[in-house]
Amino acid sequence: MPAPKRIGSQTVAFAQPPVILATAALAGAKEGQGPLRPTFDKVIEDPYYGEDSWEKAERRFLQEALEKALAKANLRPEQVDYLLAGDLLNQIVAANFAARALGIPYVGLYGACATIYEGLALGAMLIDGGFADYVLIGSSSHYSTAERQFRFPTEHGSQRPPTAQWTVTGAGAILLGRQGKGPRVTHATIGRVIDLGSTDPMNMGAAMAPAAANTIVSHLSDLGRQVTDYDLILTGDLGYYGRELLLALCREYGYELGERHNDCGLMIFDRQKQDVHAGGSGCGCPAVVTCGYLFQELSAGRLRRVLGIGTGALMSPITTKQGDTIPAIAHAVVLEA
Amino acid sequence: MLFLKAFLVGGFICLLAQLLMDLTSHKVTPAHVLVGLVTTGAVLSALGLYEPLVKFAGAGATVPLTGFGHLLAQGAIKGAAREGLLGVFRGGVASAAAGITAAVVFGYFAALLFRPKG
Amino acid sequence: MVRQFDPSQPLEMQKRQYQQMVNRLVPRPPVWRNCLWAFGVGGLICTAGQGIVSFFQGVGLSFLDAATATSIVLVFLAAFLTGLGLYDELARYAGAGMLVPITGFANAMVAPALEARTEGLVLGVGARLFAVAGPILVFGIVTAWLSGLIYYLFGPRPPLGS
Repeated sequence: MPAPKRIGSQTVAFAQPPVILATAALAGAKEGQGPLRPTFDKVIEDPYYGEDSWEKAERRFLQEALEKALAKANLRPEQVDYLLAGDLLNQIVAANFAARALGIPYVGLYGACATIYEGLALGAMLIDGGFADYVLIGSSSHYSTAERQFRFPTEHGSQRPPTAQWTVTGAGAILLGRQGKGPRVTHATIGRVIDLGSTDPMNMGAAMAPAAANTIVSHLSDLGRQVTDYDLILTGDLGYYGRELLLALCREYGYELGERHNDCGLMIFDRQKQDVHAGGSGCGCPAVVTCGYLFQELSAGRLRRVLGIGTGALMSPITTKQGDTIPAIAHAVVLEA
Repeated sequence: MLFLKAFLVGGFICLLAQLLMDLTSHKVTPAHVLVGLVTTGAVLSALGLYEPLVKFAGAGATVPLTGFGHLLAQGAIKGAAREGLLGVFRGGVASAAAGITAAVVFGYFAALLFRPKG
Repeated sequence: MVRQFDPSQPLEMQKRQYQQMVNRLVPRPPVWRNCLWAFGVGGLICTAGQGIVSFFQGVGLSFLDAATATSIVLVFLAAFLTGLGLYDELARYAGAGMLVPITGFANAMVAPALEARTEGLVLGVGARLFAVAGPILVFGIVTAWLSGLIYYLFGPRPPLGS
């Protein structure tokens, strides 16, 4: 007997769609200067956040976001069945250490910048599968920890090409529940790893766009839906050039995303004023936009049905130096008001 | 006049490096460009072509990294002439020792005194 | 209409088509502006260097010693600016103009060391000082050594007894 909730090649439909009970979005200083400032729970100006290293600061960002989401729903950590979290650092240390502090049964995730959506999809499956009442999901990134791990030391005088993106400093957390009031997760489409031969680590948008296109097209065809069935199709961090490539690719598959599409990396910064080149990126980028802006729009009913897609570039500095191309992944989740 | 020559020659070397970074594939990183410059400087120096540039442009030729390569190569060659094989090993780094030591010492103390802004 | 990307083609063909799409779309860096900045700022640093060289020559140093002393001064200034967090801000515009002078070498040593302070003095600062600048030393020293060796093997012989 085929799995009853499985539809098409890679999509699942939830029988009792889990509810987003609460979210929290913490952002750094530069993000706080951007257009989405009013949607954040807190803007933290100090990149160290009172700690003695950036790594500890990122950990504190994530832990505080998770705790804030719990507090908003009046829940204690002991009441949560699973914590699903991940970040960009080696061995996902920000998530591991935040999980140590919270003491919730924990599954560490790595989907690069797609992690928050990977968590949403898995969390919804855990709840709808009858394995949990509450699942807490979180993801974070920090400009300086990511720069130092993936690119150059932050104080090194190097020039960025126009396609470079700015890693968001921020953390987002989502509390999913079996029942309650809030936007619902109705479907999830788990992506395949897609690699169309991009090698430029300074052009992540180009590496990730084919994965986003693949997941969007699979999702729409699995459900027999059209672009117009969604008020918004929101990708994670493709940036300006990645978005252009995504639109062109989807057109070749016969879908015109056009005005319905937006990208968290383009929304979080003002590209004209903020010197971020092609836009924002990093786990924190889709996390804070989803947990801030998107959650608020859905809760207020200004958006009724949204396809959110996390996009992640699955590379490391070593694979890049060894000449490997950059594989990418995209996970999609349908959110309904 | 000396200043103008230093400006023009030094600026021109930087401009060449900028073109190398901007017009080549992303696989040519700043590190590759710097390694290329120091190697080019050393090779030109060994061929006797860099010293005339230093005579002409002064700091315009010694301040860019090509000048660092020149310093290393001249040190090794003069070491070879003066002390033979031992000088080949000793001369290069010895001639550039001041710059390297400065970078290590100042770098070390900077790391103690400053906290990176990020 | 010719399709720029045809998903029904084999993967290798898709890759080729996609990379062509990327290349068409992705802009070149602003080369003229970058070159102007690199030329101007690089030139100015060298001019300042010449000023310092002339000063040291004025107090009686030979050109070679004056140039060495100048390197020390420039390296100090670069380390200081890097510590203050200003070097990378300036280099964002100046590009190669601040990468190529000896100041760029100093910046490449100080920048990783600053960050590595959190990992301790030995495994952090000590180990990371050469993380970015190491290759410059390696290739410079190897090339110089080869030059010296070739001179030793094939260069003019020193007069006997010297």
